[in-house]
Amino acid sequence: MKLDSRVPSGPIEQAWEKARFDMKLVNPANKRKFNVIVVGSGLGGGAAAASLGELGYNVKCFCFQDSPRRAHSIAAQGGINAAKNYQNDGDSIYRLFYDTVKGGDFRAREYNVYRLAQNSVSIIDQCVAQGVPFAREYGGLLANRSFGGAQVSRTFYARGQTGQQLLLGAYQALEAQIDAGRVTMYPRTEMLDLVVIDGKARGIITRNLVTGKIESHVADAVILATGGYGNVFYLSTNAKGSNCTAIWRAHKRGAAFANPCFTQIHPTCIPVSGDYQSKLTLMSESLRNDGRIWVPKEKGDKRTPSQIPEGERDYYLERRYPSFGNLVPRDVASRAAKAVCDEGRGVGETGLGVYLDFAESIRRLGRSTIEERYGNLFEMYERITGENPYETPMRIYPAIHYTMGGLWVDYQLMSTIPGLFVLGEANFSDHGANRLGASALMQGLSDGYFVIPYTLGNYLASNKLSKVDTGAPEFQAVAAEVEQGVQKLLSIKGKRTVASFHRELGKIIWDYCGMARNAEGLKHAIGRVRELRHEFWTNVNVPGSGDDLNQQLEGAGRVADFFELGELMCLDALERNESCGGHFREEYQTDEGEALRDDENFQYVAAWEYKGPDTPPELHKEPLEFEYVHPAQRSYK
Amino acid sequence: MNLTLHVWRQAKASAPGRMERYEAKDVSPDMSFLEMLDVVNEKLIADGKTPITFEHDCREGICGSCGFMINGVAHGPKSGTTVCQLHMRSFKDGDELYLEPWRAKAFPVLKDLMVDRNAFDRIIAAGGYITARTGSAPDGNAIPVPKASSDQAMDAAACIGCGACVAACPNASAALFSGAKISHLGLLPQGQAERERRALRMVAQVKAEQFGNCTNIGECEAVCPKHIPLAVIARMNRDYLKASWKDRGAVKQDESA
Amino acid sequence: MSPATAAGSQNRALRFFEATIVKKAIVAVTGAVMFGFVTGHLLGNLQVFLGPERINAYSAFLKSNAELLWGARITLLIALFAHIAMTIQLWQIKNAARPVGYVKKNNSHSSLAARTMYYSGPVILAFVIFHLLHLTLGTVHPHYSETDVYANLVYGFLQWPVAVSYIVAVGLLCLHLRHGISSMFQTLGFNHPRHTPRIQAAASVISALFFAGYASIPLAVMTGVVRLSSMSL
Repeated sequence: MKLDSRVPSGPIEQAWEKARFDMKLVNPANKRKFNVIVVGSGLGGGAAAASLGELGYNVKCFCFQDSPRRAHSIAAQGGINAAKNYQNDGDSIYRLFYDTVKGGDFRAREYNVYRLAQNSVSIIDQCVAQGVPFAREYGGLLANRSFGGAQVSRTFYARGQTGQQLLLGAYQALEAQIDAGRVTMYPRTEMLDLVVIDGKARGIITRNLVTGKIESHVADAVILATGGYGNVFYLSTNAKGSNCTAIWRAHKRGAAFANPCFTQIHPTCIPVSGDYQSKLTLMSESLRNDGRIWVPKEKGDKRTPSQIPEGERDYYLERRYPSFGNLVPRDVASRAAKAVCDEGRGVGETGLGVYLDFAESIRRLGRSTIEERYGNLFEMYERITGENPYETPMRIYPAIHYTMGGLWVDYQLMSTIPGLFVLGEANFSDHGANRLGASALMQGLSDGYFVIPYTLGNYLASNKLSKVDTGAPEFQAVAAEVEQGVQKLLSIKGKRTVASFHRELGKIIWDYCGMARNAEGLKHAIGRVRELRHEFWTNVNVPGSGDDLNQQLEGAGRVADFFELGELMCLDALERNESCGGHFREEYQTDEGEALRDDENFQYVAAWEYKGPDTPPELHKEPLEFEYVHPAQRSYK
Repeated sequence: MNLTLHVWRQAKASAPGRMERYEAKDVSPDMSFLEMLDVVNEKLIADGKTPITFEHDCREGICGSCGFMINGVAHGPKSGTTVCQLHMRSFKDGDELYLEPWRAKAFPVLKDLMVDRNAFDRIIAAGGYITARTGSAPDGNAIPVPKASSDQAMDAAACIGCGACVAACPNASAALFSGAKISHLGLLPQGQAERERRALRMVAQVKAEQFGNCTNIGECEAVCPKHIPLAVIARMNRDYLKASWKDRGAVKQDESA
Repeated sequence: MSPATAAGSQNRALRFFEATIVKKAIVAVTGAVMFGFVTGHLLGNLQVFLGPERINAYSAFLKSNAELLWGARITLLIALFAHIAMTIQLWQIKNAARPVGYVKKNNSHSSLAARTMYYSGPVILAFVIFHLLHLTLGTVHPHYSETDVYANLVYGFLQWPVAVSYIVAVGLLCLHLRHGISSMFQTLGFNHPRHTPRIQAAASVISALFFAGYASIPLAVMTGVVRLSSMSL
């Protein structure tokens, strides 16, 4: 396997324009002769399917949900970054590029990031034209806020529902194309495998989730925009249905998987309350602007927060990071919370939580100001926990909510399988080892609206594709394999439910490959995951049949893939002997407990090649070069 | 606490269904309603029975996947809350709960509590969008939008498409859903060019999907998890009546109407 | 899987009336016409408290003006017919829209008036028919006189079942109005954050006043406040 990043040469500012000019075009009259499959209908997939439909391609779009509008992009709260510099506060494309590369702890490809920053500007224009109701000022112009510790106000937002509004914009554009007959939508349909013919991606095998029917779909190119794999942890802020099946099966067909261990933990989530917990809820990190984070100074202090006097509280972020205080980046805040809980100073029944206290802000600013700023978040907190955060401090704990890793793609977003493109969170992305707040939405839309329409055309125009139909032996073989996989899961008839396996897998990954990792723990985790996977394949109980709607069966297939991906994550984390961004190896830290990067040995993208079920995967390295932003140690003291 | 559940069980769209009784034991008040059902399902699977099928995804009240009737109220007793965000502390020990799927001709039951809501997608496809080809947009600040219009548009755009409005409406009308989209786009300057066409085509599609008609009862507004106001229906009526009366060819004959 | 486009009539006028929003608008407009009548009728009837001469003169005036009388009657008849015809169509659409009902359904969020429109309407219609036979045509009246409206009224309401059913019927009418008055604004596209609550409040006040006004007449007859001078009670 050869990793050719196809990064254009020349100055970074003109690189994308030059690349676009160099790309071959498909004659307008010929576009309708090309069939394109888009899997996933979130910001990346929805935007791509709509844009490609507009261009005239024959598009088939697939999603496992009942409607494309349900994709998990919908849950993003905070906002979307764009280098508009509407605030005249010194923002620019270059600054957004710089911040993103630095925030990603120098593990992203510079040229991709620069293009992302360039496209950010057009995204806002596009979304406004579609009717996305971004927040506005009284003068009628777009409002901005600063987000996630950024020093400029470049975040556009639609209340706390930015992801929802952007997704509805893309969804509506998609529905318009469906009405126009350019896109055919396949909801409640899950991709279960990729078909590669003559080394090129030529179609997918799907399962209709209502009828259970296994179907083959042929195309000239396949685009995966299926989101991240945070649900490997079982408890995450992802939707229950979010899964890695599409990218994992593509990986097994030859697509390299890059940086799987780069996962992001969000510091302000509502803590776990019991064994039945099914998911975690994120609360906007803007809460840290006015809330103070603390734990008791004494271990095992079981008093209620109001009984703990000021002198016996430890405002540990303010103590450790006097200049950034409660506003340190996500990874730093998360690790600090874990550290105090590991010391036994965590709060709440489980001891896995820290206080986020608004008492002082309420005293200083008045309850009404706090209500105005965070009213809906406080309401949500009370709805879930039954506690009133105006009176008692919130309890928060970090949770997984984004995965920077994903299928490896080149500058044109094509994976190591020609004709297989990967967009949004599903690819290994532009965020390096850590994503900045309000940048996920930007990347999904940039890939879908403004990158794939060009690069797909280039691929189609420069490759001669043979004629293929579902009768081809490759399709027959893969469809049969998928069918067998389904039957195998159903035939085990063991004792344990799918959810119990998933929960246990998640706990292993969280404990050993979560906020902090070490070599010993990772090796242990790999062993445990293998054992558990073996037990899964001999003792899982999947009730029902394969020929109707069977949610347990759907879940079983996804969990089976999470086992394999979870193992790869641990392997990748073990291989990367440094700490960077969301990847914190306890052996590699400064004396003050901060992440210690090793640019000399690990300034590369780790791209793993699948070698078979019992063969270890092979690591390929794409070296990263930094011509514009020079690697430096992050410091928030 | 312990609860008694009466749940609609139906194997598939074409099969008959009926209410079945289940006991939910040792329910924690901190569980969400869906987590309570997860626990019931784990038990059913252990007992060799078929688990209850219900739709869900984000479990944070925004994707719009979940929803069923709890004792005759869409999404249950708590206002402004989807079932995934409804917690068991809203109930008390010994409660008897009836869980039923959304009922409407346009929402056929697929299995148990899960229904097919693709009619909503087809209503959006009929005109619930602003045509703005990718790449053709002017600068985001080229057209100022009064803050009040933008805020009102956002109120309407908050709709999550869950279908509770239809389920709660004694007429099984989709007026709140379609009115929300017509309002959202109609309140913005960008949405003006297609305003007549949008109203005509969307309303025609609502009828084709065999939803009922609105009689201004207000059950929809009360159960809407996003508090979409009845005003959106008035705005749809106004847009439709105006466009229909003018009938200046905003919709071509072959395009429907 | 592309959406089925909604088929519609090729004829412009037919197409217009096919839409449920238009049907509902017709219900609203015709309702408004009948509301106008109910208002005038009440004001006319209340003249009973001013004595037999006054109300009989008013009646004679109306009857002497055939164009006005028949114009009003025909308008009302058309309005009534359209109101009912459209409502029946909407009722059919509603029933088709939910073929399988709920085992349990709680409708407590909406007003009683709104939920009972389909039931209060037919009862009011039945009453109107009786009322016409009773006091306009005199078919079912014990002592009907072409000219003495006042006496018709008093004799009519002296039969207590008639008086009671009259009161019940105007009660239903006012319940119908309470929803109808504000609902027609909504149907015709008027909804305003400040004005709509005012309209709703006004609808409640108007319907309560109407009930008081209409019910006062049979009550006055039954209690002897309004009576014939020739009668000794």
